[in-house]
Amino acid sequence: MSVLLFTGLATVGAFSAGLLGALTGLGGGIIIVPMLTLLFHVDLRYAIGASLVSVIATSSGAAAAYVKEGYTNVRVGMLLEIATTCGAIGGAYLAGQIGTRAIAVIFSVVLLYSAYRSTKPLAEHVTHEHAHPLAIKLRLNSTYPTPHGLQDYAVKAVPAGFSLMFLAGILSGLLGIGSGALKVLAMDQIMHLPFKVSTTTSNFMIGVTAAASAGIYLARGYIDPGTALPVMLGVLAGALVGARVLSGAHTPTLRRLFSIVVVVLALEMLYKGLRGGV
Amino acid sequence: MSPREQQPSARARWTDDEVDQFLGNLLRAGVFIATIVVAAGGILYLARHGFEVADRRVFRGEPDELRSIAGIIRGTFAGRAPAIVQLGLLLLIATPVARVALSLVAFVLQRDRVYVIVTTIVLALLVFSLTGGVPG
Repeated sequence: MSVLLFTGLATVGAFSAGLLGALTGLGGGIIIVPMLTLLFHVDLRYAIGASLVSVIATSSGAAAAYVKEGYTNVRVGMLLEIATTCGAIGGAYLAGQIGTRAIAVIFSVVLLYSAYRSTKPLAEHVTHEHAHPLAIKLRLNSTYPTPHGLQDYAVKAVPAGFSLMFLAGILSGLLGIGSGALKVLAMDQIMHLPFKVSTTTSNFMIGVTAAASAGIYLARGYIDPGTALPVMLGVLAGALVGARVLSGAHTPTLRRLFSIVVVVLALEMLYKGLRGGV
Repeated sequence: MSPREQQPSARARWTDDEVDQFLGNLLRAGVFIATIVVAAGGILYLARHGFEVADRRVFRGEPDELRSIAGIIRGTFAGRAPAIVQLGLLLLIATPVARVALSLVAFVLQRDRVYVIVTTIVLALLVFSLTGGVPG
């Protein structure tokens, strides 16, 4: 395959991933690595490097829009970034230590979990009382805009959320993904932040987490300009178009389609990881 | 502590919003500049190497010029296309780091000591990682 053809096809693939990710709200980052390795036979390390870069682009691009809506809890985000950046550095270090086959197997498990998660709607648990003592001390409790005006919310289980964020950071650094699903889970299910706050705060954190591991990937020579070029531009364009077409609307059919794609990729990744050839 | 005191004052909240707006614009500008640089380098790269064979099955690791900040800047001034793309990617990676650095300035101005410490830790971790502090 010539460089021109590879760049063209990878741009189309990355655009579709970014578009589907934005339309379904599931993020396109997770299917970039399987697409590059399974379809284009790119080495797993180059694929992870390119994916990390695209994660930073979409998260930073979207953050500008989110910040204006005033949902992001900057204090919660900054506090949890200690956990995610530590985890990301650990994950990037680990990626250089364990083989690509082990990474492929872990990746497939994360893909399957994400597909399962996307079919189960989560319940919101917002209250304004019984905040965790640390949440009061660190002034994490805040307000968010609702149709009935500003609503107070209390932040729960700070240590548990912090620990889960450490895991999200490790996975982000190891697999080159945003770990957005895990971050949202920690924030709205464990720390009881409102959905809108957890989604935007998670997005706010993803870029910082990915930057922590991207530096290590760059120094190690895992970030290949020829691979990252089509991936970054494609994903970013897809995400921007997706956000414009349907901002935040739920699209069950698309979500189901996306989950099926994710499951198929997961099984192929698992097979390759177990048999070798990644 | 009464619930009233937990909330930042109206003045501090206004400052928070101002900071958020500024940071949002900073992020967008960073992504925009990085995209322009990556696209420019990419066009040059495709014009010069478009008909070569693309094979990334085998991991070789990037040459030193594309692995360090100094090497990327040197390659960019020499007009080498992969280094220009890499410079764009480096600017992209630097965007969230700049956001954390500016958040630190904002917390210092707000005299929020706890979050000055929290943000300093995050920034130190990022700098540590970007300057190659982690063994590969």
